[in-house]
Amino acid sequence: MLKYKFAVTTLMFALLSGCASNTVPDPDPADTPYDAAGSGADTDVYGDDPLGGGESIGDDYSAGELTNVIYFDFDSSEVAADFTDIVARHALILANDATVRVRLEGHADERGSREYNIGLGERRAQSVRRMLMIQGASAAQIATVSFGEERPAALGGDEDSWAQNRRVEIEYTN
Amino acid sequence: MLRNAICLGLTALLFAGTALGDITVEITKGGVARTPVAVVPFGWAGQSADMPLDIAEVIASDLQRSGRFAPIAEENMLQKPTTGAELDFDDWSFVKAEAVVVGRVVQTGENAYDVSFQLFDVFGREQLVGYRIPASRGTMRIVAHRAADMIYEKLTGIKGVFATKVAFVTAEQRQDGQTFRLIVADQDGANETVILQSADPIMSPAWSPDSRRLAYVSFENDRSSVWVQTLRTGNRIQVSNKPGINGAPSFSPDGRQLVLTLGGIDGNLDIHVLDLSTRQTRRLTTHRAIDTEGSWAPDGRYIYFTSDRSGGPQVYRVPAAGGTPERVTFEGSYNARPRLSPDGKRLAVVHLDRGDYRIAVMEVRSKELLIVSAGQQDESPSFAPNSDTLIYATRQARNGVLETVTADGLIRQRVSSGEGDVREPVWSPFPRY
Repeated sequence: MLKYKFAVTTLMFALLSGCASNTVPDPDPADTPYDAAGSGADTDVYGDDPLGGGESIGDDYSAGELTNVIYFDFDSSEVAADFTDIVARHALILANDATVRVRLEGHADERGSREYNIGLGERRAQSVRRMLMIQGASAAQIATVSFGEERPAALGGDEDSWAQNRRVEIEYTN
Repeated sequence: MLRNAICLGLTALLFAGTALGDITVEITKGGVARTPVAVVPFGWAGQSADMPLDIAEVIASDLQRSGRFAPIAEENMLQKPTTGAELDFDDWSFVKAEAVVVGRVVQTGENAYDVSFQLFDVFGREQLVGYRIPASRGTMRIVAHRAADMIYEKLTGIKGVFATKVAFVTAEQRQDGQTFRLIVADQDGANETVILQSADPIMSPAWSPDSRRLAYVSFENDRSSVWVQTLRTGNRIQVSNKPGINGAPSFSPDGRQLVLTLGGIDGNLDIHVLDLSTRQTRRLTTHRAIDTEGSWAPDGRYIYFTSDRSGGPQVYRVPAAGGTPERVTFEGSYNARPRLSPDGKRLAVVHLDRGDYRIAVMEVRSKELLIVSAGQQDESPSFAPNSDTLIYATRQARNGVLETVTADGLIRQRVSSGEGDVREPVWSPFPRY
């Protein structure tokens, strides 16, 4: 369900001309870019294939849908082996087009202190950022933000929800 | 990307803004004997049939909420004197009251009143304290709390905090997102006032030492920035908006500086000090670990902060003038969000206790650590200005609610608000009259 969320978000950003829609007190329900469960999240409304300019290098990076959410183990900011290919595919998009910009949103689960969790979310975002840069993305293409535990993707209080919340979301911002 | 003021649907509100539902209080742990006291309904002499505020009710509920007193019900009172001269001590011995409060409200002008009260010791048959305080309709509640403060201090030797306020953040989950509110309320939950409302997270409120301003973190425009807002006017100023994280503000004891966390473009969180008049920042830590949650010691000499330079988060302190950080907490694998008591003797932290995040209070001198909360995800401890009580957030089902606990862990009470997920309570300093 989270797949192609970045595409939906990108469209919203385009439609709203950068209006900070999630600061409107009574926003239109469709406006909220952070609503991971938002309707239409399964529809590719991006138009252009985000991999359109990319070339396959080595392994078959272009196969399958490209998710924009990287999940992390408890108390870890290391990109797990399961996600290194996904990060590599995003790196390829960035390396192939210097005008593409992404924002990495780091998140933590709800346990522990809130400001320390901001630090943990940032550490995860930076971990993805370094991996993107090692693979050819430039610093100017990448912004990071950490929401700590303030913007959970799942609202439950169990390990399953926590695992969904320890994440970095890759948002294409142009 | 253009952003304009109309897009910014974030509402800064005047101190006299919207009031939400009042908070209710229930005592969840009462570990001490509660002294029976009588607060007799106050006499009233004025133009209308009733006095503007039931002063005795406010005082009695303050004393009740302290967990140290059991007010006697009105129907059990054998007499209802309004001055000391009418008091019959035998009647109060008979109903086992150890102390009696009597008082009167006299209207002296269209919106002017004199509130007088006297506190008597039933066994000693003597007056302990007596005061007359001028009031208006607008100040009558705070006058009642001040009377309760004086009564409480006389009876316990501990300064009362009934006239203080608490700031906190609520988050309301809606189908289409979240609404965050920064709220200030009287410490008994009355006069709940929304200070700021936003669809983006609001975090880490911190009081200025004069109680007039709040610093906080806002994620408006999808990035963190630190703001200082004057409560009376609603006027808000962005004081830190550097690349990367701007977080965890805390005022210096003189109110001129903020300690805050800056992350920079590479995301290395360190402790910095911002001079609010010059806007110059000074970096206090340089470690590549997470250094955050800085908090000034009351004497201004040290800044306590959380760092995971040793692996997990622990509390360190660094001289505010700069210097080498030294580790402060050693017990347990997780100690974060340090807050010193205003008397400097105790340190409150979030402490991982066998799988549960709880509030612990450490004696600074002996380093003895006492766990004072009983939840699974307790957070954000903040001392009352009398150093005797703390407020923190805990979970009730999936929602955050507030609890207070005495620093000895003996009296714990829940302060529940009906409105959303409540978090990050911070107790105001003593008001300045």
